[in-house]
Amino acid sequence: MIARYIHLCVLFAAAVVFRGATPLYGQPSDSVRRIETVTVTALKSQTDVIPAQTLAGEELQRLSVVSVADAIRYFSGVQIKDYGGVGGLKTVNIRSMGTQHVGVFYDGVQLGNAQNGQIDLGRFSLDNMEAVSLHNGQKSTIFQSAKDFASAGSVYMTTRRPTFDEGKRNNLRLSLKAGSFETVNPSALWERRLGRRADASLNAEYMYTSGRYRFSYCKRAGYDTTETRRNGDVRALRVEGGLFGKIENGEWRTKLYLYDSERGYPGASVREEPGKFRHEDRQWDRSFFAQSSLRKTFGRAGLQLSAKYANDWLHYLSDPRLDVTTMYVDNSYRQQEGYFSAAGEFVASDLWRCSLSSDVQYNTLKADLTGFAFPSRLASLTAAATELDLKRFRVQGSLLYTFVRDHTEAPGASAGDRNEWTPTVAATLHPLRNADLNIRAFYKRIFRMPTLNDLYYTFIGNKNLALEYTTQYDLGAVYSKNFRTGALRRVELQADAYFNRVWDKIIAMPTSNQFQWTMLNLGYVEIRGIEFAAQGSWQAGSIALTSRLNYTYQKAQDFTDPADEWYGGQIPYIPWHGGSAILGATYGAWDANYSFIYTGERYSSRANIPENHAQPWYTHDMSVSRRIALRKTTLRLTAEVNNILNRQYEVVQCYPMPGTNFKIKITMTL
Amino acid sequence: MKKYLLILLALVACRKEDEIVKSTSTQVVYPYPDVGEVKGFFLLNEGNMGSNKATLDWFDYETGVYTRNIFAERNPGVARELGDVGNDLQIYGGRLYAVINCSHFVEVMDVRTARHIGVASIPNCRYVVFKDGYAYVSSYAGPVQIDPNARLGYVAKVDTASLSVVAECVVGYQPEEMVVAGDRLYVANSGGYRKPNYDTTVSVIDLNTFTEIKKIEVGVNLHRMELDRYGNIWVSSRGDYYNAPSQTFVIDSRTDVVTDALQLLPCGNMDRCGDSLYVYSSEWSYLYQKNTTSYAIIDVQSKRVVSRNFITDGTERSIVVPYGIAVNPATREIFVTDAKDYLTPGTLYCFSPDGRRKWSVTTGDIPAHIAFSNQKLKPVN
Repeated sequence: MIARYIHLCVLFAAAVVFRGATPLYGQPSDSVRRIETVTVTALKSQTDVIPAQTLAGEELQRLSVVSVADAIRYFSGVQIKDYGGVGGLKTVNIRSMGTQHVGVFYDGVQLGNAQNGQIDLGRFSLDNMEAVSLHNGQKSTIFQSAKDFASAGSVYMTTRRPTFDEGKRNNLRLSLKAGSFETVNPSALWERRLGRRADASLNAEYMYTSGRYRFSYCKRAGYDTTETRRNGDVRALRVEGGLFGKIENGEWRTKLYLYDSERGYPGASVREEPGKFRHEDRQWDRSFFAQSSLRKTFGRAGLQLSAKYANDWLHYLSDPRLDVTTMYVDNSYRQQEGYFSAAGEFVASDLWRCSLSSDVQYNTLKADLTGFAFPSRLASLTAAATELDLKRFRVQGSLLYTFVRDHTEAPGASAGDRNEWTPTVAATLHPLRNADLNIRAFYKRIFRMPTLNDLYYTFIGNKNLALEYTTQYDLGAVYSKNFRTGALRRVELQADAYFNRVWDKIIAMPTSNQFQWTMLNLGYVEIRGIEFAAQGSWQAGSIALTSRLNYTYQKAQDFTDPADEWYGGQIPYIPWHGGSAILGATYGAWDANYSFIYTGERYSSRANIPENHAQPWYTHDMSVSRRIALRKTTLRLTAEVNNILNRQYEVVQCYPMPGTNFKIKITMTL
Repeated sequence: MKKYLLILLALVACRKEDEIVKSTSTQVVYPYPDVGEVKGFFLLNEGNMGSNKATLDWFDYETGVYTRNIFAERNPGVARELGDVGNDLQIYGGRLYAVINCSHFVEVMDVRTARHIGVASIPNCRYVVFKDGYAYVSSYAGPVQIDPNARLGYVAKVDTASLSVVAECVVGYQPEEMVVAGDRLYVANSGGYRKPNYDTTVSVIDLNTFTEIKKIEVGVNLHRMELDRYGNIWVSSRGDYYNAPSQTFVIDSRTDVVTDALQLLPCGNMDRCGDSLYVYSSEWSYLYQKNTTSYAIIDVQSKRVVSRNFITDGTERSIVVPYGIAVNPATREIFVTDAKDYLTPGTLYCFSPDGRRKWSVTTGDIPAHIAFSNQKLKPVN
């Protein structure tokens, strides 16, 4: 059974290979290892205790998407808040609990934003990405850092780890993308084998786009207006260097990351006299981080160490000399983060294992705002976890302890210490001996800390904020089956039903007028959802096909105040129905991909009235590519058409999305 | 033929399901038996910034029906409806003027039909007053000097016949409400963009020359203005939300001297009817992280507080954030709007002159500005 599965996995390596693998070490580093990795992950895939979804390898690269955010749209239970265009902020919301409950991990270490708690996934390109996976609750493993236990849902981005063909010491890949919105996007990757035990990689990418596109708003028997989105230009440079090594019974990895960008903020598209005013708000970002991790096993024990330093600078300028309508804003912010994590695992027997992990994180935030509090935050997280594996029944439990102490330069401005204990329990049952069916369930309680902005932002912050707590209950099943003959070679079906609750939502509220805002804990939300996902691998003659289908139903209701007229209303921007489909085909040197996304009707406010109604939208994207083998190099040419039917739509009210757009891509591998 | 072709084209280009949002009506009260000269009123809902959701409502005294969101269906050809953040509403010369702050114009409509006539383009416009065929519109967007953070506002003089700006007069920082007293225009300067360095002055403009002749030192972060029958101008100060509380000042327009500083009269918004000045206050304090609300009546002749709570039946307890106030000059009914959480529709309360709730109705988002009309609004087609 397992042997057959390995065989099939190698055959259809595209689809599900990396599911459940730890992002740090799940990548194959050579062809022999590849099969080993497949074995391990394939086994894990069948016993993922908590639902996980992954797009990896060829399937990921074939999608005609720009960023990680675009790829995540194809997962179930997910809403991307997208402000439109290449440069518009894109954040992910898992199962309607809110974007700030999502932990985003880059090569195994969490990306921080102590300032506002949100990670713009639109900034992470797929150029060097090996896998993107989404985990509800937490990743289904106990041997991980305490941070891995600390979010209500997580996104893991795993970049490429160098692999070399027999006898090769260097890999070189050059690519150039160009297309609509005057986008130019060259990138280069150089990988070098440093010896038997170490590899290095260097990856650089530059992107420019004018971000200019036409959009229309029209009404039946009413107006029909077409305008152009301006000031959406982006210039971004990303440079990444990595060192990868093996030691006896272990591995290590070091990564340096630099991102430098300038972008315009086109702002909300509202009624204005066309072309009369120019909106010229601009933002500059410079992010740098260095992170290292090491994992080693000592007989029955395992150790994992990780460390990180991050430095993020942001400058925002709104200048009335360029835009007469605006208020002058010229502010810079600098965040620094230091992080260290140690995790240990003890495998007592085949049946029982346990782990302990401890993380320490220190954040500072500086800004040139009047009366700024200059906050810093020390957080210590400790997680104890255990797993019992009775073959037909597996259970994991973890308990996380979080201690947070803030300090502000202004005396008395700091919030009090926080001490919180939060548990997770997950179990999976394999009821039938002959069918690959697993029934799973999990419970998780976790909170999000108010961010430094929530607590201390000048004129807005509120140091008395409580934690925003969530609980999740999930019950689901996963079934898979492989076939030796026929067109369908493998099918995997997943279904989950869940019930989430969010207490004390942290929201921004105007006070006595629209100029004065404050942060408040207000709101209680209940979310009931059903997710369904199907994946198939097909073989028709010499055409290999992969298919993926997702559907989500969500009822996310605001139950804050029974006296409120809108009590029980669907919360903003959560559609009742959503779904996606991907179809990929390989025929000889040709690859083709078709993808479809549907977002059903929803409302921009919990007042579910016609004024706030947003129309459903769907987009069709297509790409075709061909490999051309030359003497020593391989060329790959790709053409993409996105939003084929030129659907005019908004994800966020007053932020129009682009219509039909094109892209071509040339990749040369040496 | 051409018209049908255009409609056909529009249908093809449009998503058929995208309809103009229709108005909705609610019978809020029995028809008023004896409708006086005030036939009804318009209410402008601001809509949250960046959501393009300013809407216009109408209450009809003759039928007792309140109709929400009348602009879109009466003006299907106006692209993107009324616009973003409605900040003031006035009637003058048979026209309805809605100042749309973040759409940067004043929308001018026929007061009998609420149909679009034109716009007067003024960036970051705030409030409007009228005199002798001209509209005076305050704007934050004055000329930018060397320091972009020290940008003065201005008042635009708009010819109501052509809707074009004929002159501009630079005033203080971020000017708000204005009153016309004789040949002079008084402008409350807030300095709201410069917190904590708020402006503290009232600019005085001579309307004959349309130049600023002086600045009167009044108080921190000025906002509202009301002129009474005795030539006194009542000016509200928002305070600084920390140590300086909101209060109300009185300027004698004959001498341009601040005669009174009513420290115990915080003022968020006010409306005058006869000698009674109705003032609510919803004062935010960052020190206490809460709003403090009060509803007072002042006798403008004696400058004494007559009542500390003009709502007498306890309804004030259900008002979350009072945001707009108006008194019907004929019936002396008091109207107070509740902006609630600013993201969902608010509520309009109608109180009898003795402060008892007569009716209430759900409005658009952030109900704020009321203009009483002596003309009946014609039904749509």
